[in-house]
Amino acid sequence: MATPAESESISAPRRSPSGLRWGRGALLAVALPSITLVVLLVLWDRAVVHFQIPSTLLARPLDVLSELAYGLKTGTLLIHTWVTLQEVFYGFLVGGFAGFALGALVAESTFTRLALYPFLVAFQMIPKVAIAPLFIIWLGYGVSSKVAFTASITFFPVVINTIVGLRSVDSEVLEMMRVFRATRWQAFYRVKLRFALPYLFASLEVAMVLSVIGAIVAEFVGATKGLGYLILQEMHQLETARVFAVLIVLSVVGIILSWVIRVIARAALFWHESERGMPN
Amino acid sequence: MTTQGRARDVQVAGLWKTFDTQRGEQVNALQDIHLSIRAGEFVSVVGASGCGKSTLMRIVCGLIAPTRGRVAVDGEAVTQPRDDVGVVFQNAVLLPWMTVKDNVLMPSDLRSRRRAEHEERAQALLQMTGLTGFESKYPFELSGGMRQRVSICRALMCQPSFLALDEPFGALDAMTREQMNLELMRIWAETGATVLFITHSVPEAVLLSDRVVVMTPRPGRIADVIPIELPRPRSLKDYGSELFNGYTSRIREHLGAQTLA
Repeated sequence: MATPAESESISAPRRSPSGLRWGRGALLAVALPSITLVVLLVLWDRAVVHFQIPSTLLARPLDVLSELAYGLKTGTLLIHTWVTLQEVFYGFLVGGFAGFALGALVAESTFTRLALYPFLVAFQMIPKVAIAPLFIIWLGYGVSSKVAFTASITFFPVVINTIVGLRSVDSEVLEMMRVFRATRWQAFYRVKLRFALPYLFASLEVAMVLSVIGAIVAEFVGATKGLGYLILQEMHQLETARVFAVLIVLSVVGIILSWVIRVIARAALFWHESERGMPN
Repeated sequence: MTTQGRARDVQVAGLWKTFDTQRGEQVNALQDIHLSIRAGEFVSVVGASGCGKSTLMRIVCGLIAPTRGRVAVDGEAVTQPRDDVGVVFQNAVLLPWMTVKDNVLMPSDLRSRRRAEHEERAQALLQMTGLTGFESKYPFELSGGMRQRVSICRALMCQPSFLALDEPFGALDAMTREQMNLELMRIWAETGATVLFITHSVPEAVLLSDRVVVMTPRPGRIADVIPIELPRPRSLKDYGSELFNGYTSRIREHLGAQTLA
């Protein structure tokens, strides 16, 4: 573990050197995106008016907002969001756990590696979207087919990163564990797993995004509830403003979910280079 | 610290180690090594990089098996790492998510659930190495020298009667290194453990050791074993004394001869 910065200083510089610069940076970090957003919205609105774009093609931002408010008030949006959230959550959980378990088996045992790894690689090559109809055929139009499809999509990044992570452990550390006469389980649980965590969390971030995509795609293929189903319904009725309202809900859901993963990762990886010296 | 288990003697007899290279050739890392370390003795092994001194240490610690020959600690053949052997590597190899105290307690945590029984010893070790007040710091908050001190504390945690150190101060700057040398001498005096010390620094070896083993590379062989009869306790003042220089130049003759050959 040859860290390049073998400095003699005792305190780790966790905060930026001057508080002033920090404050300005934070202000800019809020102000600049806000300005970008306002400019884009105004451009969008002016374009719709100026080019007389019909509302079935592109609604005005304020119309989208009022549809969003209406959907939230009547509860329609909330009901469908709740359904999709459940699919995302359980799919992510199942896919994540299965991915981690299989990754650990492949990384830790030559037997399972030889038996399973070629099929893992082959299966990963199949475009997942193409198999979504199968899940509908097998499990029906309800939540379970969406969970299964979402799980199958989130599974791969987690498997691969678990394998890479568990194999990334410094050989010196493992040698040290042998000196301490640690059991195989102790070496796995106390050392390898911890070193794999940065890789695992990176894949969970990807998996979280993929799980939202997975739920929506599965709903497109066949569903009676959920945000993907809602998008299709509104599309068929040319209610473009409502489609945009659903998209806003989806992006807010996505942002919150990734943020949750980031917060957990930050707490678990405080010791890792990727997290040190980062603000907030 | 004085309640150490009895020091062990270490016997290395007819040790050979052959590695297969990727090209399929065979390299003799060690050739016919005989070495006997008395209980409580401080023995250093010096040599250029690639002379097999780290391989020798790993075999003595039971981390790798020799091709031929035998290592015994107190007459017992070494086939795997032993409980009573403490090891320090060139890198501190601390676990970055654990505090200093948790790192030091790690060997005992692996063996027993009753942590409280060991905390006192950990505390005493940290005090001995000047780390009091740093118990709850993380490795990334420490300097290189301090990290290596934590690593030494950890090696001493299980009351080893034999301590093997593989270039422990190689990554440190010269001033920290001298300070660590003095500390190691003090620790050795306090614990009375047998020490095998691998280094590529000739003065370091002479300052610390009862005997210095000089190794030459390809194949790794013992060129000479030189008893160092400087009186103890030694200090940095010994550097540059006539006797001291005599030893270093005698060792360097061996090391120089091999580069010309």
